[in-house]
Amino acid sequence: MTRADRRPREVPTASRAGPRFTEKLAQAHLWVAVLAFGIASAMALMQALSRASLDLPWRTAGMYYLSVTAHGVLMALVFTTFFIMAFGYVVVSRTLSREPAPRVLAWTGYWLALTGTLATTGTILSGKASVLYTFYPPLMAHPLFYIGLALVVVGSWCWSAVMLLSYRAWRRANPDAPTPLAMHGMIATVIVWLIATVGVAAEDLIQLIPWSLGLVPTIDPVLARMLFWYFGHPLVYFWLLPAYVIWYTLLPRVAGGKLFSDPLARLVFVLFILLSAPVGFHHQFMDPGVSAGWKMVHTFLTFAILFPSFITAFTVTASMEVGGRAKGATGLFDWIAKLPWRDPLFSSIALSMILFAIGGIGGAINASFGMNAVVHNTAFIQGHFHLTVGSAVALTFMGAAYYLLPRLSGRELELGLLARVQPYLWFVGMMLFSISNHMTGLMGMPRRIYDASYGGSAAAAAWRGLTGISAVGGVFLFVSAGFFMLVMIGTALAGRRREPEPILWAEPLSPEITRRTVFDRYALWTAIAILLVIVAYAYPLWAHLRMARFGSPGFSPF
Amino acid sequence: MNVSFYEKLWMWASGALIIAFVTTILVGLAGSALQPPSHVETIDPTKVWSDGRFQHRGATLTPDGATVVIIAMMFAYQPAEIHVAAGKPVTFRLTSADVTHGFSIVGTNGNTMVVPGYISQFTTVFHTPGEYLVVCNEYCGLSHHLMSAKLIVEGAQP
Repeated sequence: MTRADRRPREVPTASRAGPRFTEKLAQAHLWVAVLAFGIASAMALMQALSRASLDLPWRTAGMYYLSVTAHGVLMALVFTTFFIMAFGYVVVSRTLSREPAPRVLAWTGYWLALTGTLATTGTILSGKASVLYTFYPPLMAHPLFYIGLALVVVGSWCWSAVMLLSYRAWRRANPDAPTPLAMHGMIATVIVWLIATVGVAAEDLIQLIPWSLGLVPTIDPVLARMLFWYFGHPLVYFWLLPAYVIWYTLLPRVAGGKLFSDPLARLVFVLFILLSAPVGFHHQFMDPGVSAGWKMVHTFLTFAILFPSFITAFTVTASMEVGGRAKGATGLFDWIAKLPWRDPLFSSIALSMILFAIGGIGGAINASFGMNAVVHNTAFIQGHFHLTVGSAVALTFMGAAYYLLPRLSGRELELGLLARVQPYLWFVGMMLFSISNHMTGLMGMPRRIYDASYGGSAAAAAWRGLTGISAVGGVFLFVSAGFFMLVMIGTALAGRRREPEPILWAEPLSPEITRRTVFDRYALWTAIAILLVIVAYAYPLWAHLRMARFGSPGFSPF
Repeated sequence: MNVSFYEKLWMWASGALIIAFVTTILVGLAGSALQPPSHVETIDPTKVWSDGRFQHRGATLTPDGATVVIIAMMFAYQPAEIHVAAGKPVTFRLTSADVTHGFSIVGTNGNTMVVPGYISQFTTVFHTPGEYLVVCNEYCGLSHHLMSAKLIVEGAQP
C-alpha cells in the first residue's frame, strides 16, 4: 500500500467546468447555515437590549419571546446542523477520496431538512409557536412547529446514512487502513447524533405531534423533559465534535505545526461516543418526579465526560506550540507570539478555546447539583452556553467557513480585513456578554425574561448595570456577526475566481498509526454506548411509566 | 500507544481533578446528606384548586418550623406574599395549575421547577431576616417576566 492510500489528502480537481457534486452539496448546506445564523444574530441584538430594559421601537413582550424562540431554533438547531452536514460531506470527499453516496439520499436529506426548517421558522414568525427552543409542554405550539422539527431530524438521518454508507464503501476498498482522523471524528459525530435523536424523535412523534393535533387530550410534561434532555445533552456534543475535528485536523497546519498526538485524538472521539448520552438528568436536577439516586448516577457520568475535553485542551495547545517552535521560538511562551493571529481560522479557534475554558469551568459548576441550585435557570446559564455552543462551536464554525468557502466555491475570500477583525470582536463581545450574565445569574436574575425590572424591586435593581454591560456585549457580537455575513456574501458574489486551494489535513508529530486499530471498531463502541444508555435510563424510565401519573392539557399563552 | 511524558502527566492530573470534583460531591453526600433535590409525588393538574393537599395555601407555622403550600399559575403565585420565621426549617410544597413554572428565591439557593401533574418539595432554612424577591425562572408565556412573589423572613431583629 502506498503512503497516499493510508492518509489520503486533497484530491486534485481535474476540471473546473462546473462545481463537482460535493462542492454543490456542501455549499447548499453551508448557505442555509449562514442565512439562519444571520437572521438569528439580528434577533439576539434586540434581546440583549431588551433585558437591559432599553425602550426600543416595536419592543413588545410578544416580539421578545417570539425572537428568543427563533434565535434558539435557528442557532442551536438549524445553523449547527446544516453546517455540520456541509462539513461532513467535505470530510468524506477530502479524506476518503470519494464523493458522498448515494447522491439521491443526500439531496433528499437536504430538502427534507430545509422544508422542515421553513415550516418551523414560518410557524415561529407567525407568532404561533413562541415556546422557545426547548418547547417544554404543556406550552403548546402549532402542530407545524413540531412537524417541521421532525422533518429536520429525518433529514439529518439521511445525512447520517450517507456518511456511514460512504465510509462503508471506503472501508471495503481499504480493509486495513486506519480511518482518516477527520472522518473518525465525523463518524463519532454521526453515532452520537443517531443515539441522541431517538429521544427527541420519540418526544416529537409519540407525545407532541398527536397532542398538538388534538388526537390525545393530555401530555406528561416530566416524561417529555426526560426525553428532551436525553437528546439535549448529547446534542451539545453533536455540535462540539465537528469543532474538535476542525481543531485537531485543520488547525495544526494553519498554525504551522503538526498534530501533537494522533492516537489520543482518536481516543477522545471514542470517549465521546461512549459518554455523551447517559448524562441527561443533570439538566433536571431541580425537577420533581425524578428520583435523587438517578440524578446522582448521571452526575458522576457527567464528570467523566470532562476527561476527553481536558485531553483536547492539551493536544490542541501542544500542536500550536509545535507550530510556534517551527517558526523559531525557543522560550517558554514566545511561541504564542509566532502564531498566525491574523489568520481568521487560527484566531477563531484560539479565541474560542479561551472562551471554552471559562465555559468548561461553568459547566463543572452546573454539574454539581449543590451549586446548580443557585444558578439553575438564571442568566448564568445563558452566559455559560454562549461560551460553549456560542463560542467554542459557533466561532470555530465561522473560522472554518472562511477556510472552506473559497475552497468549495473557487472564489477568493472577499473583505479579508473584516474577516480578520471579526473573531476578535466576537471574543470581546462574548466576554462582556457572558461574564455579566454569569454575575447577574449568581445574583438571581432569571434567564429568558423580556424585562428585568420586577416592578422596581431592590433585588432586581442590583442587576441593572450588568444588564447594560451584557447589552454592550450584544452590540459587539452583532457587529461581528454582521462582518461575518458581509464576508460570506461578498465572497459568493464578488470574490475573484481562481483555482481553489486544497484542503490540507494536519500531519501527526509522532509516528502515525498505519493500520486499522481498535479505535476503528465503531460497532463495538456503539454497542457499549447503547449499553450505558440502558444502564442510565432503562430503570428510571420504566419506573416513571409505571407510576400513577396525570396528563396535562395544552396552553398557548403567547 | 505512544504518548508523550507531558501528555501522560496532564492526563493523570486531569483524572485527579475529576476525582477531586466527584469526591467533593461524595463528601457532601456522606457528611451532610446533600443529595440532588428531588421529590416524586403526582397530582391531577386540572384539579389542583380542589385537591386536599393544596386547600390550605400559604404558611402553616409549627413549633419547629413551617410548611408553605403554593400554587403557581400564569402569571402569579397563590399566595403572592409569604411570611416565615428566620432560623427554622421551612418546607415548600408547590404545584402548577397550568404550564411549567419556576420558583426561585433571589439571593438564596431556594430554587425548583414547578411542573403540572407533579408536586415539588424542598426544605430550607433562612438565616437572614428580610424581604426576598421570588421569581418565575421558567418561561411560561407572555407575562413570564412579571410573575413574582414576596417572601418575608421575620426574625427577632428587623
